[in-house]
Amino acid sequence: MTDTTIQTSGQVAAKVETPFQRFRAEFFESRIAATAFVVLMVIILLAVLAPWITPQNPYDLGQVDVMDGRLPPGSEAFAGYTMWLGSDGAGRDLYSAILYGLRISISVGLASGVIALFIGMVVGLIAAYSGGRTEAVIMRVVDLQLSFPASLVALMLVAALGKGVDKIILALVVAQWAYYARTVRATALVERGKEYVEAAQCLGLSRVRVVFRHILPNCLAPLIVVGTVQTAHAVSLEATLSFLGVGLPQTEPSLGVLIANGFEYMLSGRYWISVFPGIALLLTVASINLVGDQLRDVLNPRMKK
Amino acid sequence: MTAVLEVSGLKTHFFTHAGVVKAVDGVDFSVNKGEVMGLVGESGSGKSITGFSIIGLIDQPGRIVEGAIRFNGDDIAGAPEETLKSIRGNRISMIFQDPMMTLNPVLRIDTQMMEAILAHEAMPKRQAWERCRDALGLVGIPSPEERLRAYPHQLSGGMRQRVSIAIAFLNKPDLIIADEPTTALDVTIQAQIIYEAQKLTKQTGTAMIWITHDLAVVAGLADRISVMYAGKIVEQGETDDVIDRPLHPYTVGLLGSVPTANNRGERLFQIEGMTPNMLALPKGCAFSPRCGFASEACQVPPPVEQVASRELRCYHPQSQVAAE
Repeated sequence: MTDTTIQTSGQVAAKVETPFQRFRAEFFESRIAATAFVVLMVIILLAVLAPWITPQNPYDLGQVDVMDGRLPPGSEAFAGYTMWLGSDGAGRDLYSAILYGLRISISVGLASGVIALFIGMVVGLIAAYSGGRTEAVIMRVVDLQLSFPASLVALMLVAALGKGVDKIILALVVAQWAYYARTVRATALVERGKEYVEAAQCLGLSRVRVVFRHILPNCLAPLIVVGTVQTAHAVSLEATLSFLGVGLPQTEPSLGVLIANGFEYMLSGRYWISVFPGIALLLTVASINLVGDQLRDVLNPRMKK
Repeated sequence: MTAVLEVSGLKTHFFTHAGVVKAVDGVDFSVNKGEVMGLVGESGSGKSITGFSIIGLIDQPGRIVEGAIRFNGDDIAGAPEETLKSIRGNRISMIFQDPMMTLNPVLRIDTQMMEAILAHEAMPKRQAWERCRDALGLVGIPSPEERLRAYPHQLSGGMRQRVSIAIAFLNKPDLIIADEPTTALDVTIQAQIIYEAQKLTKQTGTAMIWITHDLAVVAGLADRISVMYAGKIVEQGETDDVIDRPLHPYTVGLLGSVPTANNRGERLFQIEGMTPNMLALPKGCAFSPRCGFASEACQVPPPVEQVASRELRCYHPQSQVAAE
């Protein structure tokens, strides 16, 4: 008898796939999502490796030569390398500038996304768990915040604060934390009513422990989804601000600045200065969004087959 | 025998927009060391609220309005949250109805068990882990080391309820409140769970309040039975007495509606009517509109009467025990 029990339990243990394995299998079921994921990984890799795989550092004015300005794709630079994607008005190699721009765009998007997620998460959890007046005050602030378009809030803040990476991250955080807070509160309210929370309270666990150890992990699925979508949004918002000239300075060109730089040349046929950074931005935002969509489908228990 | 828990005159009311719901309205009982008390009643009779009142987890808009809950001699009704927190899970623990819901789905069994210990006692993790393993072994879970690493979804319902029971017994509490712990399980598992619970109470001397609507379950398990109806205990006494010679017409009705093999093919007895609306309770005895023996006298709420070893709230006791 004992032998059989041990045997069966052994078999069960061998068959059980980890939640991550199941998640991975479900995620890659969709070809579009798989492609988007690969594209996103390539983009991130290119951005991370930019200093080692580009012929020029576009931020180093010593390497930028105005003589190379506005060269069409495939031209040879003064320094001898080929500018496969052409150059912009200041003589930056566009291929290098795009990779460096991606670096900035993605890191700004990620940093603001993570900070906003953290703030929104804590605020939302506090609102959901404490209820009553605290919740009412917090959620009215969230409502107020969400009644302004995110781009308007960010635009006003950046206009007031000035240019710079830190300032734009701050502006994006302020513009976006409320989305996270609302999502977390909604999920946490549902989780709070479940019996395991009551059981945890009956164990005499502290409030902090119940909220962060028991409720929070159960709220992560929607949070991850909102996080990816909002990060994509942050990337495009940063590009918008930079395009409008209030985001990042000319000396640290993000994708938005590059697009803005080329904008004036569009009608004269020098399409490449705007179009290539534009394609890079489009690919980044679209792939993050597609990954986010698939995450939503996989992580949403109601959509499980 | 010393009483672990003495509840007297407990009233827990809910102040809703539609009016005051007197979910628990003057409940008295006591549980001795090592004793199992069955708290029986229909849905909405206030039995679960009684349990939550004891542990101090009544949510708004409800609160304990009156009464004393003496736990090991100290009144814990309305005690400060800190005191209650140190009692919960430590001196009094709970087992819930649905084992599918009471374990956190994203935390492993060992995490959930160990935090129950570490919340009340400082000890090395290794030692806590060993205690969890032993506890799982005690409730009859094979290869506990492996189960500790599992997530709740990898265990069956019966297995999860065993884990809940193991958690309840982890800190060797003085009292366990089991809120319909077998309702969500099938009959064979139910029997096993009852057996484990009974064995553990005998071994550890832990008192237990077993809340259920199933008289058949408590008949074999409880030492004493309290029958609850509309927020009041209508009959209370030794299990054998209550089962063999029920006094209250409601208890008679409940027992009559248990299917047995003896009267096959006959229509099963049922108590006429429905549980009363808790917002508009009938005048006098709440059971009177459904009671076949109701009289004029029942318009006045019956007081608690001591009949032999039993407590009763009825003007019309159904069997003769005066001879005892």
